Amino acid sequence: MTESSVPAPVGTSLTGSSRVKRGLAEMLKGGVIMDVVTAEQARIAEDAGAVAVMALERVPADIRAQGGVARMSDPDLIEAIIAEVSIPVMAKARIGHFVEAQVLQALDVDYIDESEVLSPADYVNHIDKWAFNTPFVCGATNLGEALRRINEGAAMIRSKGEAGTGDVSEATKHIRKISSEINQLKSMTRDELYVAAKELQAPYELVLEVAETGKLPVVLFVAGGVATPADAAMMMQLGADGVFVGSGIFKSGNPEARAAAVVKATTFYDDPSVIADVSRGLGEAMVGINVGDLAAPHRLAERGW
Amino acid sequence: MTTNLRSESIAPDDAVHTGPRVGVLALQGDFREHAHVLGRLGAHVSLVRRPEELDAVDGLVIPGGESSVMDKLSRTFGLAEPLKEAIAGGMPVYGTCAGLIMLADTLLDAIAGQQSLGGLDVVVRRNAFGSQNQSFETDLEVPALGEPPVHAVFIRGPVVESVGPAATPLASLADGRVVAVEQGNLLGTSFHPEITGEYRFHEYFLAKVAARVTR
Repeated sequence: MTESSVPAPVGTSLTGSSRVKRGLAEMLKGGVIMDVVTAEQARIAEDAGAVAVMALERVPADIRAQGGVARMSDPDLIEAIIAEVSIPVMAKARIGHFVEAQVLQALDVDYIDESEVLSPADYVNHIDKWAFNTPFVCGATNLGEALRRINEGAAMIRSKGEAGTGDVSEATKHIRKISSEINQLKSMTRDELYVAAKELQAPYELVLEVAETGKLPVVLFVAGGVATPADAAMMMQLGADGVFVGSGIFKSGNPEARAAAVVKATTFYDDPSVIADVSRGLGEAMVGINVGDLAAPHRLAERGW
Repeated sequence: MTTNLRSESIAPDDAVHTGPRVGVLALQGDFREHAHVLGRLGAHVSLVRRPEELDAVDGLVIPGGESSVMDKLSRTFGLAEPLKEAIAGGMPVYGTCAGLIMLADTLLDAIAGQQSLGGLDVVVRRNAFGSQNQSFETDLEVPALGEPPVHAVFIRGPVVESVGPAATPLASLADGRVVAVEQGNLLGTSFHPEITGEYRFHEYFLAKVAARVTR
């Protein structure tokens, strides 16, 4: 793995190192990152206790409903959101679209999400994320995919789930899959790890690191289908470092109340009495789509490789 | 329940927990990294999210994270007033980054309605360096800790804009901006020793806890 972090001499400072990039994700842990499409929604998210917002043009539920090619947001929109809030602002680039990523870096966003929720721009290559000063978060459905993204320079991973559905079952499947694959590596001998690396299609050095530490080298959030406080708490109990909520908040009946409730449930994820309290009177959850009813070509999680 | 994915274990197996009882505020942020360092240094570590959990510790660390979220949750769940009372009562508290913001008497560039616990006679500016693209690592001379310099990581960090008469600066950047302060039993840094393997600030803090426990 290319390690861009080198010790800085006294008096000089270093930006964009692995430690600095991964460090911001460390500070977001235990928090909720919310999708927003306007500055007003960003304000609601910050007031509700979001640790960061994800700026995008349409939430995944609308991308799904309206179809068409989904791309990076208008720079004016991203700048309006950056101007509105003081918490970190993330924004999405299409898979492989390194120029959208260059634009987002120039706009001074805090994190770039190379996201399967947008239409891929390259069906072979992901972005070379080491080439950027701004850190990247990438989606993964399993351990091998997570390690390939980390090898390309991702400083944070989110399990994909199935965005825009309000159905948490795929998020559950992906976090359980990553957890189970890490557990398997922990029990392997060194000679077995060579084969594991081959089967995971991931670099041996990263596979060895995961086997030795029992965790990913970067922070792991869960995304895709989280719609209720209990969904968020379940993801935390399954081992997530934090939660992304996309359509689940602003496609619900009372976004302000639901956003604040998801934040509280994420902090007190292991206390059912708190989760019960915050779940009362939230109004309607997003209507949602059962993932089983989605034809395979419409499943976003299958984008990325 | 599977919690093995998370970044650090709370209680490392090889540590001997004979030291003082130290809590880490666990509302949001990198509290597990602090718990890990404190555990390695022999402290008896617990996570604090409720007032009764605060009653069970002799010192507290407020971690890095998002200060506006910690502020909201601490007030919503009835922890803010007990925290202020503990600080006023002399409990040793160490805050890193968001934790320093929480300990400052006066905030600049806070979100609307954001409050701090106070205790440190300083004015702290939130996100003082700008966006994540300006986050950085550097080496800092910290005379109170001696040699070698501290390797410090600043993540959208705050700075101490002015230091009141009751507080003492411990470290500054090359341009003179103060990034570490101390006042009695309170300690605050703009940066994150907990993610670099730098244990000396935590040792310095644990000495304050030990001095208070044995007094």
